[in-house]
Amino acid sequence: MTHINLAGLEVGQSIGSIEILLTRDSLVRYAGASGDFNPIHYRDDFAASVGLPGVLAHGMLTMGAAIQVVVDWIGDPGRILDYGVRFTKPVVVDPVDGAVLTITGKIGEIDAENSTVRVDISTMFSETAVLGKAQARVRI
Amino acid sequence: MVNPAVEGKTYPETDPYLVGREKIREFAHAVKSTNPNNLDVFAAQAAGYGDVIAAPTFAVVIQERSLATVLADKEADIDFSRVVHGDQRFIHVRAIEAGDELTSILKVSSVKTLGAHSMVTFETQIFDADKDLVCTAISTLVVRGDE
Repeated sequence: MTHINLAGLEVGQSIGSIEILLTRDSLVRYAGASGDFNPIHYRDDFAASVGLPGVLAHGMLTMGAAIQVVVDWIGDPGRILDYGVRFTKPVVVDPVDGAVLTITGKIGEIDAENSTVRVDISTMFSETAVLGKAQARVRI
Repeated sequence: MVNPAVEGKTYPETDPYLVGREKIREFAHAVKSTNPNNLDVFAAQAAGYGDVIAAPTFAVVIQERSLATVLADKEADIDFSRVVHGDQRFIHVRAIEAGDELTSILKVSSVKTLGAHSMVTFETQIFDADKDLVCTAISTLVVRGDE
């Protein structure tokens, strides 16, 4: 059971908003946790040598952080049945200031029969959407 | 360029991966989760799970093990230094829990060529020790060709 009542939800309704600060420390931590040690995610010299504007956050880190707006709302990550994104723009992480992601979610569709909803997630960095078609199906 | 002949190819099952409780916690912290079901055994048990459960994108760790077999396959001919992640999706039958022993089987579902670039879509099915499906991970990689 959750605290959320399906009958009280409407398409278009906001489920909340979070801000997540990604620093270089976050990238190193994610590299270790995920096993993705591509040096574009922690070495400025390497990123520059392959023509990137700077060290980039792992796309999978952005994806993993973005779903937290839904997890915070539903209260249980085990209720996220299906989650997909497109990686549309890179997140350049400044060595001093990091990068702030502003993540918002809204109800995209309600399936009363199966007691699920689709949440559409927007992830903005420097006023640019960095994930496309980010959608999660959630069991209420 | 990716060899289009690998479309439909299925790669061998990976060696079992034992999901550790501390790995689940480490990954949850890394993706900025503060949810007790990811971090606190008693909270997860109170919610009906056997142990802490993994964050929704943790299955990428298992997917990568299967992907490594493809990247090592000379027939597929994928140059990893030219790979960009295009999209990713996880369809869960159930949450991954600490103590799960997971294997994966990857199939190349499509290879498309767009000018000098290739787009390869992989479907990785992740099974538990009882051979029940836990999660299907679908990933598209864009392989940049010579400009």
